[in-house]
Amino acid sequence: MISPVKVKKGDAILSIENIRVQFNQRCVLNDVNVQVFPGEFIGLIGPNGAGKSTLFKVILGLLSPIQGSVRVLGRAAKSGDRLIGYVPQKLFLDPNIPLRARDLVALGLDGHRWGIPLPSKVRKKRVDEMLKAVDAYRFADSPVGQLSGGEQQRLLIAQALLTDPQLLLLDEPLSNLDIKSAYEVVNLVSRIGREKGIAVILVAHDMNPLLSVMDRVLYLAEGKAVMGRVEDVFRNDVLSGLYGYPVEVLHVNGRIMVVGGNNSGINGYPLECNCCKSEAAT
Amino acid sequence: MLDAGIFTQSFMIHAWIGGTIVAILSAFIGFFVVIRGSSFAAHALPQAGFAGGAGAVLLNINPLCGLAAFAVGGALLIGYLGDKERNDVITALTLVATLGAGALFLGLTNKYATGAYALLFGQIVGVSSDQVVATAFIGIVCLLCLAFLYRPLLLASVSREIAEARGVPVRLLEICFLVVVGLATAIIVPVVGALLCFSLLIGPNATSVYLTSSPGKAMALSLLISLVTVWISIVLAYISGWPIGFFVSMTGALLYACARAVHYFRVKNIRLKAGIIQC
Ligand SMILES: Nc1ncnc2c1ncn2[C@@H]1O[C@H](COP(=O)(O)OP(=O)(O)O)[C@@H](O)[C@H]1O
Ligand SMILES: [Mg+2]
Repeated sequence: MISPVKVKKGDAILSIENIRVQFNQRCVLNDVNVQVFPGEFIGLIGPNGAGKSTLFKVILGLLSPIQGSVRVLGRAAKSGDRLIGYVPQKLFLDPNIPLRARDLVALGLDGHRWGIPLPSKVRKKRVDEMLKAVDAYRFADSPVGQLSGGEQQRLLIAQALLTDPQLLLLDEPLSNLDIKSAYEVVNLVSRIGREKGIAVILVAHDMNPLLSVMDRVLYLAEGKAVMGRVEDVFRNDVLSGLYGYPVEVLHVNGRIMVVGGNNSGINGYPLECNCCKSEAAT
Repeated sequence: MLDAGIFTQSFMIHAWIGGTIVAILSAFIGFFVVIRGSSFAAHALPQAGFAGGAGAVLLNINPLCGLAAFAVGGALLIGYLGDKERNDVITALTLVATLGAGALFLGLTNKYATGAYALLFGQIVGVSSDQVVATAFIGIVCLLCLAFLYRPLLLASVSREIAEARGVPVRLLEICFLVVVGLATAIIVPVVGALLCFSLLIGPNATSVYLTSSPGKAMALSLLISLVTVWISIVLAYISGWPIGFFVSMTGALLYACARAVHYFRVKNIRLKAGIIQC
């Protein structure tokens, strides 16, 4: 079916060079460079409107940068690439949509093919295995519209994994999840990524649930990006340089918060994380 | 009165065949109309078809041609001009523009009573054998198209973004689907009428989603409900001489109410068992 792609050690799975993306003259991504290696877990952090979802569209080949190159395993980005698994930011499901958890996951296997699905043992087995892998087997026959946010998120991750991707793109999978479910989803993705050697890029507002699992962080702001280890990116000088005005990185009980600095006019206002909210809730 | 003629007279045989084809087609089209939330388009297209039918009556050509031309034209208009945000506005404009044209065509023709009344409220006795053949042909074409579009359409209904990322040409797919709905309404309208076509498209599926959550079972159940609705309506229309559209919409509404009731008591039962409601 799918020809296995050989990944040599040290070869980047995703290589983005000097891309520039514009919407009606407005530059959303400017001179962004990203390299992701097999099996890496990358947290993609940044304020609203920083261009995180746009970056995913570019990687998926749905949006062409006006400048620069995007290569996935050495090939130009192109939509329909089975090497990329994708979980979009929002899913609006009618509570009564006649679709069970297993139907949603099965769409990941062959939802892009024309025609009606023929019942097959192999198909069912693969779906069942994937449901078990994301710990969703117990609600396999429940209607998707009535599952919780965390349960739906597991199913979306399962459908994205069914094409045997080498790169998994998750757009804000933790928003709308309570803290416990958020940690569960993060641990699940990180475990599967390690086991199968899949590189993961996970977009999050709050980097704190990712701190224990992410290898590197990609921080987007003001159209620019910095990438590196957590301690090299979450520094006053690095992020102030990125934002173009002073920002401060606060460490509170092992948690990280980025807030507007002294002269920025948005003093003390958290710039991208909702950790204040979640802390208030605990 | 109920007599053997209901099965033996040639116009009734045509009615049974035409009604059955229309019931099968509505059940499958309705499944996607309901899960895609395109009820508004499914409401507008039969009205566009009606205008085309009225125009055809005026020009003295086969109403089916006018119906198909306007319903498919309306589908293309909604498909091309409408995007995610402005879809409703474009659909509404298509609806009022074609209804306006329909009013004009009606005003200009003097066959108001017979032809137009049938287009609005449906008439089972008027189906000719040519029309039955055309209905069967269009019905089969629509079903084959729907089977071909099935999986990508389901995926795009769940998430447009995932479908796009998987390389599905989502916009083209949506336009194709609307054209199939338009074509289907062209054969549904003469049987149940433009005003009540909607009830056959929406009713059975809106009912079945309360009874099952498996897509295959939901479609099978809708098919059953749709057939029962149409068959009961044919019998009642034959006996009473009233318009069939009346019986289709009443039966549809009644079955929907029953499904809601069953659903309500089932959910309550589950909650009771789980001890969520304490009595
Ligand atoms: N299709 C589009 N047309 C015009 N502007 C867009 C489009 N998509 C995104 N944008 C703009 O690009 C910026 C980045 O958007 P996005 O990538 O969705 O941000 P994020 O996901 O980081 O919150 C936003 O200001 C948004 O308004
Ligand atoms: Mg986004």
